[in-house]
Amino acid sequence: MANGVFTEGRATLSARTFRTDKWWLQPLFTVIVLLSFIVYATFRAFENGKYFAEPLISPFYSPCLSTACVNGSTSFVGTIFGTYHILGMTVSPSLFILIFPLAFRLTCYYYRKAYYRSFWMSPPACAVAEPHSKYTGETRAPLIIQNGHRYAFYAGLVFNVFLTIDAIGAFRNERGQWGHMSVGTLVLLANATFLWLYSASCHTCRHTVGGRLRNFSHHPVRYKLWTWVSILNHKHQNFAWISLFGVALADLYVRQVSGHSIRNLYFF
Amino acid sequence: MGRILNLRIFRGNAADGGLADVAVEAMEGEVILDVIHRVQAEQMNDLAVRWNCKAGKCGSCSMEINGKPRLACMTRVASFEDGETITITPLRAFPVIKDLVTDVSFNYKKAMEVRAYEHPVDLKPGDARMQQIDVERSQEFRKCIECFLCQDTCHVIRDHEENKKSFAGPRFFIRLAELDMHPLDTVRNRKQSAQAEHGLGMCNITKCCTEVCPEHIRITDNAIIPMKERVVDVKYDPLRWLGSVIRKRDGIL
Repeated sequence: MANGVFTEGRATLSARTFRTDKWWLQPLFTVIVLLSFIVYATFRAFENGKYFAEPLISPFYSPCLSTACVNGSTSFVGTIFGTYHILGMTVSPSLFILIFPLAFRLTCYYYRKAYYRSFWMSPPACAVAEPHSKYTGETRAPLIIQNGHRYAFYAGLVFNVFLTIDAIGAFRNERGQWGHMSVGTLVLLANATFLWLYSASCHTCRHTVGGRLRNFSHHPVRYKLWTWVSILNHKHQNFAWISLFGVALADLYVRQVSGHSIRNLYFF
Repeated sequence: MGRILNLRIFRGNAADGGLADVAVEAMEGEVILDVIHRVQAEQMNDLAVRWNCKAGKCGSCSMEINGKPRLACMTRVASFEDGETITITPLRAFPVIKDLVTDVSFNYKKAMEVRAYEHPVDLKPGDARMQQIDVERSQEFRKCIECFLCQDTCHVIRDHEENKKSFAGPRFFIRLAELDMHPLDTVRNRKQSAQAEHGLGMCNITKCCTEVCPEHIRITDNAIIPMKERVVDVKYDPLRWLGSVIRKRDGIL
């Protein structure tokens, strides 16, 4: 039976869309960029090496909570996990932690739009008929889990704290002495800043600080916070992309320094 | 002296129809509704088109122009290339009546399903006072002109006729948000009904409603997502539930 725009009673037109612009470009771009990131992040998570070059640590491996972490890279909170082996290979410390930032991005309202459109084509673009015969949205498993976004957001905040401490720790030299600054310091600082902006502009953050209120006038401080977060929220999409690139580039920089491909240039 | 526009206009009804080619002169500064009227006056006298204010405020002339849901009175002829063929069809999410006119009564039925505002019984007329900061969020939603372009572009009903029973659509999510954010509305279960009766959970926030809104209402960011978060407060967040039980308050209902 015909469904969607071909449903009986609607205008008898055979085209899925009459759009003449390049509506397919945006989903295609999203697929290419997100897939590239996924491939790179997966490779790095399993590489289990080149993630630490005193005082720099890759954001993919911080906080390093396993006894398998290389010397000096262990987080200040100590180790929680032991050293595990699967098929003769040591389980990468990255695999214990990456699930949390991954969950934050997977359930993010912006990324949901991006991947529903580009990967699931639901819909591929506005007023372009989707290929699926049935649709239940986020009302049942597994997509109902998107309602847990706020918990991923809280976890993301904890990670931001760790990565900020890493950035502050990068004001040391290779011998651990404070009062120095290098290109790596700027890279980690920029990464932490973009991650904070991404988190602070989050819709859940906006709701938590004041969006859930009915009477702003009874809560002037929360109203002020809500207005600030609302300003950032306008740019949430931009921060989502910038912070994604930021994490990948920060990791790439640490990897190159750790692998002695480049030298971490010190300003002072 | 104007320029010649090549149009392909849907002619027909629910039983039968197709695109008819027509060339028409367009003057400088005109909008698509102007050239449709010229076609109607000079070439297709029985062409059906719904319109009213010609100022983007009544929401009557909603149609699809080159596949995009738009108001014909707000779509400038100058935005199209010389020699470009412009396809004009009725809204494709609703049943067609004739030519460019559709039956949008689905939306009026959904409007009736939204429980109206209820004033506090102990507040006498004239005693209701609200601060500007408490009402300005809702005021954005009051800009809605009910053109139903958001309803038309929403894939939940556009691509799945069967969802029309259980899904109210973005226009009514902003209505629900407006009421739920209203400081004086006494109805306390709007979040639950938004999810259970109006199908808020069906929305996968792909933002097409926001993209087509001629009033630039940030439907997704300011209404749908805040409503989804409010639903999480009462339905999916165990800590919020526990907090409300311990503090013995019903503020989040």
